[in-house]
Amino acid sequence: MTAVAHQLAREPLRCGISAKSAMALDIAGIRGDFPILAERIHGKPLVYLDNAATSQKPRAVINAIVGYYEHLNANIHRGVHTLSVRATEAHDAARQTVKRFLNAADTREIVFLRGATEAINLVAQSYGRTHVAAGDEVLITAMEHHSNIVPWQILCAEKGAQLKVAPMDDRGQLRLGEFEKLIGPRTKIVAVTHVSNALGTVNPLREMIERSHRRGVPVLVDGAQAVPHFAVDVQALDCDFYAFSGHKVYGPTGIGVLYGKRALLEAMPPYQGGGDMISSVTFEKTTYNVLPFKFEAGTPDIAGAIALGAALEYIGGIGMDRIAAHEHELLAYATEAVGAIPGVQLIGTASERAGALSFVLDGVHPHDLGTILDREGIAMRTGHHCAQPVMERFGIPATARASFAVYNTKQEVDALVEGIQAAREVFA
Amino acid sequence: MDDLGELYQEVILEHNKSPRNFRRPESANRHAEGYNPLCGDRCTVYIDYEGDAIREIGFQGSGCAISKASASMMTQMLKGKTREEAVKLFEEFHDLVTGKEDLAAHAEDLGKLKVFAGVSKFPARVKCATLAWHTLQSALEGKQEAVSTE
Repeated sequence: MTAVAHQLAREPLRCGISAKSAMALDIAGIRGDFPILAERIHGKPLVYLDNAATSQKPRAVINAIVGYYEHLNANIHRGVHTLSVRATEAHDAARQTVKRFLNAADTREIVFLRGATEAINLVAQSYGRTHVAAGDEVLITAMEHHSNIVPWQILCAEKGAQLKVAPMDDRGQLRLGEFEKLIGPRTKIVAVTHVSNALGTVNPLREMIERSHRRGVPVLVDGAQAVPHFAVDVQALDCDFYAFSGHKVYGPTGIGVLYGKRALLEAMPPYQGGGDMISSVTFEKTTYNVLPFKFEAGTPDIAGAIALGAALEYIGGIGMDRIAAHEHELLAYATEAVGAIPGVQLIGTASERAGALSFVLDGVHPHDLGTILDREGIAMRTGHHCAQPVMERFGIPATARASFAVYNTKQEVDALVEGIQAAREVFA
Repeated sequence: MDDLGELYQEVILEHNKSPRNFRRPESANRHAEGYNPLCGDRCTVYIDYEGDAIREIGFQGSGCAISKASASMMTQMLKGKTREEAVKLFEEFHDLVTGKEDLAAHAEDLGKLKVFAGVSKFPARVKCATLAWHTLQSALEGKQEAVSTE
């Protein structure tokens, strides 16, 4: 943890989302923790507004990776030698950190995987193939990322099951009544995103989970766009599975997490076979390892897990509530400033939003806008954001999307607004 | 001129606003669909192809300024051309937008397509400039499947 994060962790301002607590964040100090923010792009300071695609990494995370390979590198769980013991301990400690971060009941409920995509595939293949049969249904929503659509399509095609899609309204909000009506006697699992990557919509998860549970249906939550932005408590949500990716929450790529309720994970068959996931093997019979190792076949990304732990410690040191307050203020500021530009149409205007602002500009294709902004040093995503059904719902091929992290500032939003104005002039 | 100015030349902006041959010619006997998954651009190229000549050509679709202007100017250039001429022009155009083209050597063939030289400074935009051409090639080959730039 850096000096700044240490100092922040000691400060008493930890709870309550208010403008005041956000002001208390030392953004300049936080920016100093991210080496890449000093980069210049086309001679201009980098304005990184593509955090929903992947966030930048603080020095604490970079140091964790370097430190692991310089001082700890060994395979885990099998060596009696000192390095192997130390590497195993560091890996275990990272799992403890994830457990605390999600407020899970038990570290055995935390499975390390490559990312949210692999986590969803695991549940679709392991839980899904066991529980979904011909004629059954899987329920998702209209605002899912492709990674929470395709794994279920593959499952449904294999089983002869049906994929049901709960609709959203013109503001990009889930229609909760319609969602509830779609939970039928054949629904075997509900898979929903916590926060829409393309629209920024925050779904009413507690109500959705409660209504699903009332009908005895378990719920998987795609939390990839939620965990970077506000505190997530899987026990308070009472979700059955929760998936997220490390690289969107200041950690490295290639590491992610599946949380699953222990009883469900215990009953599920393994997803992949190999080393680490077995307790004994003969050619006649293999006995599987205990949780969470049953789902972690092969030597895992040890450095990645440790670095993810470092990332979560880092933002925990700042305080998730303060990060949420800062980003909330930034998003409100950006929504007003960008929304006020003539010709701009905001896509996704839900009352509860987090992280991302999606829009189209009359007469300027998002791709052209992205190129013009890039020359100003502004990194922003343009395209369909791996959510083509969302684009179709709004009748557009693509949007421009600005997405925020703890290190972004109002000055950067101002730079974005100026860049959009400049694009309008080019295409006037 | 700066890189951006070189990319978004007046001619390109004008074709983006008022694309030429933006229609399905009535006599069209072949067509192909192109798709750029990176940005969601879609393009359908229609040709009236008889003997070895493109007698009529048009396109429809949605896309960025570069892809639209490129499609528009391509249709202007190719009307009346043989398949061989079209394929050769695509090769030269491809070299131009990827920065391989020696402009002086092919300046005459490329004609006004030279305004796309600025694309070579924007590698992420090469696919936008070539989408219509890839689609045309597919139409010439009489393929039924949609082509993708990926």
